[in-house]
Amino acid sequence: MAMTGILRPGHVQLRVMDMEEAVTHYCDNMGLIETDRDDHGRVYLKCWDEQDKFSVVLEPSDRAGMDHMAFKVRTEQDLWRFESNVKNFGIDTKRVAAGELNGCGERIRFTAPSGHTFELYAEKEQVGNGLPTLNPAPWPEDIKGMKAIRFDHCLLYGVDHDENIRLFTEALEFELTEQIVDGDVQVAAFLSCSTKAHDIAFIRSEEPGKLHHASFLLGSWEQVLRAADIISMKDIPLDVGPTRHGLTRGMTIYYFDPSGNRNEVFAEDSYRYPDSPVLTWEASNVGQAIFYHSRQLVDSFMGVTS
Amino acid sequence: MIHTVTITDTNEKYTCRGKQHLLAGMIQLARKGIPVGCRSGGCGVCKVKIISGDYQTKIMSREHVTEPEEEEGVVLACRVFPLSDISLQVVGHLNKAVTRNQMKNS
Ligand code: FES
Ligand SMILES: [Fe+2]
Repeated sequence: MAMTGILRPGHVQLRVMDMEEAVTHYCDNMGLIETDRDDHGRVYLKCWDEQDKFSVVLEPSDRAGMDHMAFKVRTEQDLWRFESNVKNFGIDTKRVAAGELNGCGERIRFTAPSGHTFELYAEKEQVGNGLPTLNPAPWPEDIKGMKAIRFDHCLLYGVDHDENIRLFTEALEFELTEQIVDGDVQVAAFLSCSTKAHDIAFIRSEEPGKLHHASFLLGSWEQVLRAADIISMKDIPLDVGPTRHGLTRGMTIYYFDPSGNRNEVFAEDSYRYPDSPVLTWEASNVGQAIFYHSRQLVDSFMGVTS
Repeated sequence: MIHTVTITDTNEKYTCRGKQHLLAGMIQLARKGIPVGCRSGGCGVCKVKIISGDYQTKIMSREHVTEPEEEEGVVLACRVFPLSDISLQVVGHLNKAVTRNQMKNS
């Protein structure tokens, strides 16, 4: 088994200002499944094809944005190893007790140089993907809306970009897959801990700790167009798309949840192996890097975060 | 119900119909540069100050509008539903966009 260390983005905890509107958006419109609620008022959701109990936590708040993003590591030894890596990098870590999030084991919590809070954990209750493990059907029949398959990645705007990327590549063992550069300055970094085109991406910014989008995988370009239909049908504020990215090649559409957190659903992006070359886009060609067809940057897409 | 909204900075008027929020009407001015953000009260780009008129609001991010601000009529246009004619002032991002383009237009 080649995959070790950090396996994947395990969950994202998003702040929402109206819980029932948020649950309707993520469940009825996007197809996530509610798996639990806790006495802090948090609601736990998963996409249908995830085995673990939750990949999105909605937290009641008076503002929008991301509370934290958590990565699942393969073993408990990995958890302690990354804890000491992060400490040795010079960043304080905190242990959050098992069960603080329902069904999640002990978590290591820290604030990255970008200003975002990240967590690592090794254990989460598995509830399955709704299909048997013996002679499984290809998909469950009762999934709603866009039928999101899994929580895939976040794109974050943050400060201290270079130091932040050093934390992710050196201490957390992510690999750079694609980047936008302006001369010597890296403007955007796409990082992978797996064979995915990215598991997280960062944009150099002046404001710490901002969420650009939380992204979910769909099965095909046709499913992205179907998501676009749902966005119009349900009056969901559209941002950009459907279109194709140059970066990662994904086919994509962007829209906002009822608290103003941007979501993406996408399909058919590229993949990588540890021996794949890093792909570089020049800032002079940033329009095409981001929106391959129109080659035009969109103000709201570049400027609006939560 | 149709309500008339006046942007006092430029003396422009637009209308909000039915359940349209203040930003939806403003977008229909089709003025380049009106920052259309999340339209959900979370990103803060559509800040305005209500000078007069009655309105209802939906919850908006405290990161962008504090309680005292809200009491003084400083609100996010995408979360404000007019109940009468309204006059407002543009602030923040919106101010730049509205007044910059006004200068270009005139
Ligand atoms: S457009 Fe985002 S707060 Fe109004
Ligand atoms: Fe994305």
